[in-house]
Amino acid sequence: MKTPFGSLLLDAACRLMVPFILLFALYVVAHGHDSPGGGFQGGTILAATMILMRMVHGQEHLWGLHRLSALRLACAGIALYAGIGLLSVLWQGQYLDYGVLPLPVSTARAHALGILGIEIGVVMAVAGVFVLMFDALTAWGEDD
Amino acid sequence: MRALVWLVVLLVGSVLIYAEGGLPRLGDAHAPPARHVSPRYIERSHTETGTPNFVTAILADYRAYDTLGETTVIFTAGLACVLILRVQLQRPGRGRRP
Repeated sequence: MKTPFGSLLLDAACRLMVPFILLFALYVVAHGHDSPGGGFQGGTILAATMILMRMVHGQEHLWGLHRLSALRLACAGIALYAGIGLLSVLWQGQYLDYGVLPLPVSTARAHALGILGIEIGVVMAVAGVFVLMFDALTAWGEDD
Repeated sequence: MRALVWLVVLLVGSVLIYAEGGLPRLGDAHAPPARHVSPRYIERSHTETGTPNFVTAILADYRAYDTLGETTVIFTAGLACVLILRVQLQRPGRGRRP
């Protein structure tokens, strides 16, 4: 994106809001077991932060996530999800049956940890895809 | 040809409208899914998955394969965006330049 909407007001508001939005994204993911929330919601909030930074500050604040690495992040998220499923197949369980994973906790806790693992995969995939889509749409027609 | 298409559309539509009468009402406590699957989730999901929020337990544990498909759909949407808009993935100045 070549022309950011930056101004003094937006800059100050962004500076105030971004840490709290990031914290809220983390809360939505980590607390998804106990309250409404989870990977899709947390990933969207995380991507919203990055899109806000891009809209206000433009290309100087990509946070190291340009288009190719956003795509890589999304791929890694899906690979993490499918990989956890394959791990439980390796330990003679069914696909995505986290109870058989060799963790030093009870079966119920292993299920909870497995859910957290795939939620993190979903967060990576959703955040990567949304940043990638935003970058693709704003870069359209750019001749670089 | 056009008349045939309309005929097929109307036929399928009328079959769907006819079959809709056989569906259980929304929130019906005596419908088959509400009698077998839902009580099991409500009663056992906490002890089986250690997750108090049983929406999360269903989404990410009992129906985890479904969620994998949903994530793949979102990923495909992002990929389609890049392919249709034909943007460069590499930033200019990195990698080889023409």
